[in-house]
Amino acid sequence: MTKVERAASRRGGKRSGPPEPEFVQLLTPEGERVSHPDYSVDFTDDELRGLYRDLVTVRKLDAEATALQRQGELGIWASLLGQEAAQVGSGRALRKQDMAFPTYREHGVLYCRNIDPIMPLGLFRGVDQGGWDPVAHRFNMYTIVIGAQTLHATGYAMGIVKDGKVGDDDETSEAVIAYFGDGATSQGDVNEAFIFGSVYNAPIVFFCQNNQYAISEPLERQTRIPLYQRAAGFGFPGIRVDGNDVLATYAVTRAALDNARHGQGPTLVEAYTYRMGAHTTSDDPTRYRVASEVEAWQAKDPIVRMRKLLEKQGIADEAFFAAVDEQAKVEAVALRERVLSMPDPDPATMFDHVYPTGSPLIDKQRAEFATYHASFEGSH
Amino acid sequence: MAINQFPLPDLGEGLTEGEILKWLVAEGDVIELNQPIVEVETAKAAVEIPAKWAGTVVKIYVPEGTVVEVGSPIIAIDTGGPSAPVADDMSQGAAAQAEKAAAEPTGGLIGETTASGRTAVLVGYGPRVTAAKRRARKSDAPAPVASAPAAHAPAAQVVAPAAPARPAVTPPVAPAAVAPPTGANGHGVLAKPPVRMLARTLGVDLSGLTGTGPQGSITRDDVQAALTAPAAAAPRAQVVMVPGERETRVPIKGVRKLTAANMVASAFTAPHVTEFLTVDMTRSMKALERLKANREWRDVRVSPLLLVAKAVLLAAQRHPMVNSSWDEAAQEIVVKNYVNLGIAAATERGLIVPNIADAGRLSLRELADAMTDLVATAKSGKTPPSAMSGGTFTITNVGVFGVDTGTPILPPGEAAILAFGAVRETPWAHKGKVKLRQVTTLGLSFDHRIIDGELGSKFLRDIGAFLADPEAMFLAWT
Repeated sequence: MTKVERAASRRGGKRSGPPEPEFVQLLTPEGERVSHPDYSVDFTDDELRGLYRDLVTVRKLDAEATALQRQGELGIWASLLGQEAAQVGSGRALRKQDMAFPTYREHGVLYCRNIDPIMPLGLFRGVDQGGWDPVAHRFNMYTIVIGAQTLHATGYAMGIVKDGKVGDDDETSEAVIAYFGDGATSQGDVNEAFIFGSVYNAPIVFFCQNNQYAISEPLERQTRIPLYQRAAGFGFPGIRVDGNDVLATYAVTRAALDNARHGQGPTLVEAYTYRMGAHTTSDDPTRYRVASEVEAWQAKDPIVRMRKLLEKQGIADEAFFAAVDEQAKVEAVALRERVLSMPDPDPATMFDHVYPTGSPLIDKQRAEFATYHASFEGSH
Repeated sequence: MAINQFPLPDLGEGLTEGEILKWLVAEGDVIELNQPIVEVETAKAAVEIPAKWAGTVVKIYVPEGTVVEVGSPIIAIDTGGPSAPVADDMSQGAAAQAEKAAAEPTGGLIGETTASGRTAVLVGYGPRVTAAKRRARKSDAPAPVASAPAAHAPAAQVVAPAAPARPAVTPPVAPAAVAPPTGANGHGVLAKPPVRMLARTLGVDLSGLTGTGPQGSITRDDVQAALTAPAAAAPRAQVVMVPGERETRVPIKGVRKLTAANMVASAFTAPHVTEFLTVDMTRSMKALERLKANREWRDVRVSPLLLVAKAVLLAAQRHPMVNSSWDEAAQEIVVKNYVNLGIAAATERGLIVPNIADAGRLSLRELADAMTDLVATAKSGKTPPSAMSGGTFTITNVGVFGVDTGTPILPPGEAAILAFGAVRETPWAHKGKVKLRQVTTLGLSFDHRIIDGELGSKFLRDIGAFLADPEAMFLAWT
């Protein structure tokens, strides 16, 4: 028995087939549409095909970024593999005026916010700080510190209330979504955000992608109750949704966001999903989880079930699927070429944006740094 | 034919080597972009490496089971196009390196220590023992910045408090010489938010100050000093302190000279009489509270002074003669049918008395806005001369300085001036009991040539009546 298998055995040996939790589901892994008393979606055929295209594209771009890291072109990469539906479903549920606060893994949401996918790659290549305009795209900068963005998001949502931008119609009232993972729920920041969001009735959706692992730490070391039930203790509703079901994720997130913008306060959405890959490219998941568990989740793949649905409903054919794959591939190749041609920044630029109007201390450090660099022979 | 060599990348964060576990391609194979070519195990993870280029495998440099340093070529691929740039040291042969490395197996499991002393970790940086390769220093390069800590020594800050100590860039440059005056260096003023708040409250302009805090930032003490020392504010007369002298001579000029002339002119032309009245203004304070709670008044700055001004304006309507002036030349008393209400303000420039034109015609809300503007303009030193002439009646709010009352001197050309003292919680007879009430003292000075004791007393009594019960008087008088 390997070390990992022993660990699985200690946990009750259930890891290969985890018990099905109760969650909102509108599309089964087999591609069957099912109904739910509280949630539904009404997508046109075009929109359904669009969601499928989103899922395939973000997976392909993500895979390209992973490959680029393996080839030494990125310092590190946090793959979203397996979490496409949770990200695309929630990302598409945002209205244009809503504000999103991501972790460092929300590449799918970033894609839905119409941000050039090259942006995070500059960050992970180490040539810039990830330079999109958070205000223009209504998508904050990636936050590396676990859970810190939930407080930023809550403060932002409290500000919306002070601006009087809640409680009107869906097209003008604003809501905020804060992304975080299951590991972050053990952070003080996240619990503080829950408290502030609750007592100030802030228009915020706490969107937890429960991908079952905080790096190597399994969910049962984070909580003794399902995560969504924690919301009750803070005084707002929590709901668990099948995070591999893009339709259900969309429906639940859209409803939670609209409740928030109508002045009904926060909701915790637990998107129950699975990280198919490593935590980051620096991690080796085979050291802490068994293959049978991964296989069980492979059967619940978010893209496969969407493809089955499109086939069953007869709204997409082989030509469509091939075209989507081809287009994704073209985008991935284009992304690769742009990454490889990213120029190395002048080291002195790291001082440029520390303060909007500069500072004597920074000027001094910049001069020191320039002197230090000039002291070496040859070019860097 | 273009041969591209693929060096082993840093697969984790800060790794220096990896073990070739298994080749997934062989020499001569045609491969696609991103096709997995090799499994490599590092201290952090066993991973597959995808091909960086499509093409034909020409050469595999490293056999399975050997440990390779990051940066060494492991495979050569013929891409058919132009060659990728190849580093100089690649020709030295990875095989030799591989032999060396093979003798030193990696720690496969987390927490295990390798023969070379490194500990395997899951994420983050494992301690590396290899010497870093770096470019050589120029021989004439200045000494490294090791001298910086010395500049942090407390002595540096004690010696030159006005020019904040800055760590030396290079030894030949003296720290003090390169320190620009804070605020004048194009970067704005350094001050913490509470200090900025204090400066705003006290009406001190930070840009004129020299900070004594870290990095030349302005401290609370600097702001206080600027307020108490008249020398600090540029427009004021410069006080030159020479050690040992027992007196300091300040030239009389500017606002001080003008103030003095006005006071003398007034005091020696208009015979002053001052009367006092102590008033329970608890109801006024409560009325203000209700006003503040009103949505429409949410952003308006309301203070007791607002109600005092309103009281003066209403009382002046009932006693027009107090709002007048003595025209010596024409031998006439000029009774004004308008009130330009002056508010005496202490500013950096000294005492100035801007006035609100036609204040008697303003609603309470308009009056509040006008007073807020007037004070803000005066504090920022931007009051135009036009706003300081033509006043007909003045209020001086000495209460803000914590005193109870005074005997104000009339501004020239005005017949009366009211001093508004501090509002204090005071034991006070109220409905047959002694209660703590909000009590203030009003001091009214008037020109006895125009105003008799009776008129002055009635006028002061009416102001007091309004402040004692503003709502009832408002209904009764308007």
